[in-house]
Amino acid sequence: MERMKVVHYLNQFFGQIGGEDKAGMPLQVKEGPVGVGQLIERESGGRLEVVRTIICGDNYAAENLEEVESIVLKWVSELRPDLFLAGPAFAAGRYGIACGTMCKAVQQKLGIPALSAMHASNPGVDAARKEIYILEAGDSTRDMKRVIPKMVSLAQKMIDRAPIGLPQEEGYFPRGIRINVRAEKRGSKRAVEMLLKKLRGEPFETELPLPQFDRVAPAPPIPDLSQAVIAMVTEGGIVPKGNPDRIEAHNASKYCKYFIGDVNDLTGESYQTAHGGYDPVYANEDPDRVLPLDAARLLEKERAFAKLYDYYYVTVGNVTAVASAARYGREIGEILLKDGVQGVILTST
Amino acid sequence: MVKEIERVGLPAVQICAIVPIALTVGANRIVRAVAIPHPTGDPKLDKGEEIELRKKLLRTALMGLSSKIQEQTVFKSEDLHTGTVR
Amino acid sequence: MDELVLRKVHIQDVVFGERTEVIDHVLRINREDLVRYLLEDRHLKSVEIKIARPGEKKRIIPVKDVLEPRAKLGGTHTTFPGFLGSAEPVGTGITSVLDGVAVVTCGRLVNFQEGLIDMAGPGAEFSLFSKKLNVVLVMEPVKDLGKYEHEEAVRIAGVKAAHYLGLAGNLATLDEETRYGVATWPEMENSYRGLPKVIYVDMVITQGLLHDNYIYGVNAQGSLPALLSPTELMDGAIVSGNCAAPCHKNTTYHQQNNPIVEDLLAEHGKTLTLLGVIAMPVRTALLDKERTCTQVLKMARFLGSQGAIVSEDGGGNPEADLMMLARLFEREKIKTVLVTDEYAGRDGASQGLADVTPQADAIVTNGNGNQYVILPPMDETIGHLEAIDVITGGHAGSLRSDGWIEMEIAGIMGSTVEVGSENLKTIAI
Repeated sequence: MERMKVVHYLNQFFGQIGGEDKAGMPLQVKEGPVGVGQLIERESGGRLEVVRTIICGDNYAAENLEEVESIVLKWVSELRPDLFLAGPAFAAGRYGIACGTMCKAVQQKLGIPALSAMHASNPGVDAARKEIYILEAGDSTRDMKRVIPKMVSLAQKMIDRAPIGLPQEEGYFPRGIRINVRAEKRGSKRAVEMLLKKLRGEPFETELPLPQFDRVAPAPPIPDLSQAVIAMVTEGGIVPKGNPDRIEAHNASKYCKYFIGDVNDLTGESYQTAHGGYDPVYANEDPDRVLPLDAARLLEKERAFAKLYDYYYVTVGNVTAVASAARYGREIGEILLKDGVQGVILTST
Repeated sequence: MVKEIERVGLPAVQICAIVPIALTVGANRIVRAVAIPHPTGDPKLDKGEEIELRKKLLRTALMGLSSKIQEQTVFKSEDLHTGTVR
Repeated sequence: MDELVLRKVHIQDVVFGERTEVIDHVLRINREDLVRYLLEDRHLKSVEIKIARPGEKKRIIPVKDVLEPRAKLGGTHTTFPGFLGSAEPVGTGITSVLDGVAVVTCGRLVNFQEGLIDMAGPGAEFSLFSKKLNVVLVMEPVKDLGKYEHEEAVRIAGVKAAHYLGLAGNLATLDEETRYGVATWPEMENSYRGLPKVIYVDMVITQGLLHDNYIYGVNAQGSLPALLSPTELMDGAIVSGNCAAPCHKNTTYHQQNNPIVEDLLAEHGKTLTLLGVIAMPVRTALLDKERTCTQVLKMARFLGSQGAIVSEDGGGNPEADLMMLARLFEREKIKTVLVTDEYAGRDGASQGLADVTPQADAIVTNGNGNQYVILPPMDETIGHLEAIDVITGGHAGSLRSDGWIEMEIAGIMGSTVEVGSENLKTIAI
């Protein structure tokens, strides 16, 4: 039987080096299989041979993703294996992102089929599902026995260039690619049947799952506004004239903060908008139309609230950049909370 | 972004023109803005009227921050007189 | 209980002849007579009538609308009410149908939203109109006619021709007869107790030139939603003036033969009660959407709806209405299914709808309109082939020098029609 060469990527824990204490360890290479790699070899009846195992600490990978990627590419291309496997990462987020990143790089840059496995909640799924096959795994090693055979099965198909089934058949996350097919029944009939199931409380499957946005429980309200410190944030791109920090016009890669402790009014001479997604004329004439500082100062003087925070935060918003917006929101929220702010007013366009 | 700020524990209100999108994405406290290119302004008004408009929007936003809510709520300036803002 | 009797005459061929009549399942058309009738409209300079049969290597482009020949037998009402001199309510009585024939309005482009029909080859698979005996009106407007007048002239010509040919069905022996009961509310209550009550919301886009719909002859732009009986649709109560985009615009034919109506009626009295159809105009402004959707909710609640099917017309901003209705209905415990299509990009990787909401958990999709196809040259083009470079789905260079066409199925009439007449579907891989 011809044996297929596999290179396997693991983190410090599955690489049997250590636990969280070893998460900072840099890349290590071992010739031959380690731990899970042995399970994979056994499951494949010996057909898959893990010739090299690459082990990296989760923190080291997270902090040095590019460097780790280029070394992994080197170590993989040296051997020209038939397949690259990473994980299973289960619910370990840093590990999952590393697995997804390495698989993507190997597949796209070396043309070697790559495959990983992790839990639906792992951020590694969204990072790589479009480009590589990621099998759905449980959230802990209890799922190892179930997921290894699935990995081996899909791996063999990829190596043999056999036709790969639909996501639900093989167990991988839909890659977010949709193709047209012919259904047995026309659309109207499928709609009537779906409605009857819904009316009867029977399970049904939507043909177009929509992205879901989770809900957050409302935070406790400000008990006494007259004692409260309020901060203003804007996604409308209002920046000091000249956009000194170069916030991008679309889907900004960062947010900035600017001091307004001694400013009572935003004027077109000293401020402008950097946002490229709306007609800038009105905002450039009077930036208060996007970040209402003048009115806020007046209300502050009238003691509608105690004090306006000395800085405002700004980015350029865009609905599609949901992941970035979430991160900015979290970071800004944590900073403001630590600084004694009690409520936030955010303007967006 | 307001959803994530609220998740950290700070009440946060979003002033935006396309309310349905804010609702979809999950903002809890929303105030409808004037229009996309000028959420807190109206070029058709004179400067004095615009500032009053801004103050009203901000008062509505402050009402939003100090209101106890169970679910996503769009705050309207018409409700100001029943709110807690002076 | 009132009823509508649909008397279908199965037509196997269409030829030109001395009189317009049906003999032995062949529709003969007196070409001069029909042309003369259509040219009574002084806005039209010329009308050519061409026939395209299934399997013939013919391409029809640019297509504005498709209608099925139907006429009332007896009574003073007419099909396509509001267009032919009578606006009396329809949906009862007897209607003759020339089954297998379609009137296709074609000719000089009004605007780039028009479409294409291939009668053979790979393009034919994408449209049910490739299986029809198409009577194509190739119309040329008078010089310097404005776009609105042009659109109106060709729309009215289509209605006139469909009615004119439908009249020939009145004298022919019928092949198939279907009877639909048209009940009043008390009659429905009595007959169908215990069956879940369902409403069908038929969205009709009303957003301007080549984006309008007509209910009883009235441009529905300024209208609130209208409650119609399913059989009113069968009699042409809704006439389409919409062309955006060819793949998912509901032609007049699609409304006359509305498959959601047909499939709901097949279950009516058995597993559900179909209360009626709400024709819902769709406008661009948020305030208008809120107004129309809440009116639809009001009507649905008043009727006691427990379930609803909502179909889209067009794409883009109407998806905001789809989502708004889903939210409003589900909050009132009206179980809702949305019927739409997607623009998921040529690679199928884009988010296919312009708006989303968690309550839209039951969606039927009629395919991705961005699917790219390559169509071989045809022996004959009815209309103007060069229009392919500008119509939706096509692009500059769509018509290759070797005569092949590269385009998205967005430009093929009805390929992803959102009332669900076709069986194209999208799946995730």
